[in-house]
Amino acid sequence: MSVDKDTVNKIARLSRIAISDAEADKMVGELNGILAWVEQLGEVDVTGVEPMTAVITNKLRLRDDAVTDGDVRDKVLANAPAKEGSFFGVPKVIE
Amino acid sequence: MMSDFSRLGVAAIRDGVAKGEFKAVEVAEALNARVSAAKALNAFIVETPEKAIEAAQAVDADRAAGKPLGKMAGVPIGMKDLFCTQGVQTTAASHILEGFLPTYESTVSANLWKAGAGMLGKLNMDQFAMGSSNETSYFGNVISPWRRNDGSNAALAPGGSSGGSSSAIAARLCPAATGTDTGGSIRQPAAFVGISGIKPTYGRCSRWGVVAFASSLDQAGPMARDVRDCAIMLEAMAGFDPKDSTSLDLPIPAWEAGLNSDLKGKRIGIPREYRLDGIDEDIAKMWENGIAWFKDAGAEVVDISLPHTKYALPAYYIIAPAEASSNLARYDGVRFGLRDLPEGAGLQDMYAATRAAGFGEEVRRRIMIGTYVLSAGFYDAYYTQAQKVRALIARDFDNAWASCDLILAPTAPSAAFGLGEKNADPLSMYLNDVFAVPASLAGLPAISVPGGLSKEGLPLGLQIIGKALDEQAVLNAGLAIERRSGFVAEAAQWW
Repeated sequence: MSVDKDTVNKIARLSRIAISDAEADKMVGELNGILAWVEQLGEVDVTGVEPMTAVITNKLRLRDDAVTDGDVRDKVLANAPAKEGSFFGVPKVIE
Repeated sequence: MMSDFSRLGVAAIRDGVAKGEFKAVEVAEALNARVSAAKALNAFIVETPEKAIEAAQAVDADRAAGKPLGKMAGVPIGMKDLFCTQGVQTTAASHILEGFLPTYESTVSANLWKAGAGMLGKLNMDQFAMGSSNETSYFGNVISPWRRNDGSNAALAPGGSSGGSSSAIAARLCPAATGTDTGGSIRQPAAFVGISGIKPTYGRCSRWGVVAFASSLDQAGPMARDVRDCAIMLEAMAGFDPKDSTSLDLPIPAWEAGLNSDLKGKRIGIPREYRLDGIDEDIAKMWENGIAWFKDAGAEVVDISLPHTKYALPAYYIIAPAEASSNLARYDGVRFGLRDLPEGAGLQDMYAATRAAGFGEEVRRRIMIGTYVLSAGFYDAYYTQAQKVRALIARDFDNAWASCDLILAPTAPSAAFGLGEKNADPLSMYLNDVFAVPASLAGLPAISVPGGLSKEGLPLGLQIIGKALDEQAVLNAGLAIERRSGFVAEAAQWW
């Protein structure tokens, strides 16, 4: 499989990364180089092999359904690039 | 007598402080001065001399009061800038986190402070730990203290991603530092500068408060100038943490007390698939030396096969970017970090502009690869296939353990390369991790210890991979090499 410029622009959109036309051109070559290289995985016979989900066998712990954290609004907001009162500030999203 | 504190390792500082031979504050002052004078290496993004002094004063006061001292009492260390440190800028070497002041402390760094260590500063690294040469940092390249013996003075890579850590330790700015290893980021930089570094079993060290790259692979570990120092520091870093869902709920062995370089009865596997065509002559020779040293230590050397080795790197370069694309979705210009809001832009444009301005080229590339391999229509062909191959790579190791207890291989395929020599093509840089990535994919403990020098006079590293949870055997084998390699070379000071 290989990607063209339209696909690169689509991936960039999905990634929420703005790219210029020149960057998209460059990325076509780079992504195709990497994708052509990873393509060799297709030759491995994986019949009957389950995809790995955990490297070390470990049981998923459950905790009591109780509040253990919170009441840290100011800490959560401390690094916000823009805030208004006790809220994160974002550009207008509803016209 | 005045000691040259820069020559002391973790154990020597801890023991000297405990015996009252010198004060922790004296050590902190001496190393603060060395850090401050070594700006040419660009190993630190932020220096925190006051933190080092504060921790040392607390240790000196505890000793004066007759209180018990921690495992790392009085030892000043460097902290890779991937660990969140409360109130001290944490950036993962990325512009997108410039100015970020965590309101919390990572579990690993908190464990180290609790053990009596102090912080000299935050260490430079490859941006979001993505790189093998420390050339992807927003804050500039880290320079290795080493130079080739040809008189060229070319600036060399300290390895990556923990390149600030490796450079600072090799330059004796600190006796030890934290590293993190996703696909070799502790072992390869350790090899490049002639120090030791161990990646423990996945789950030994908490990932809580560590800026995430690829969560199924990321594992913290210590880097230091010898194996004993690594053992001490790993004991202080590791431990169960309920805040990390993959943290192992197991007691931490007394690794330092268990050190023993006698390898009688141990079987050391030599994987034939690691003997690549055209393998570097110096690397091949060092590997042969390693085999001889193991035999001398009483071990039996056996040939083993890890048949899926050649697929480890391509599997890694699907899995790691896939996880990164998901983990790095949090950098949105809303909650923390950089915001780039072009005039009149809406929310979506703000996300795209922020991420374009904030992430470096390699990070953008990996996010896009990850996004592609996870996208509808490609997920099974790439991501699921890679996770199946990963299962086979882990199975290769399981099968190998039937005939051996440890595996010996080179850490990296070459000595340190020059800055700028490998970054024209992302693939040639990725290939540097060929020997390191398989153990990462399988979550196994692995150490790099110095194995000798190349013809150019640069350090080379030997890697020992062990069974899950058997850090002790890995450390012991590292110690056996250390006792026989006679590696004492160090970089001549030019900085």
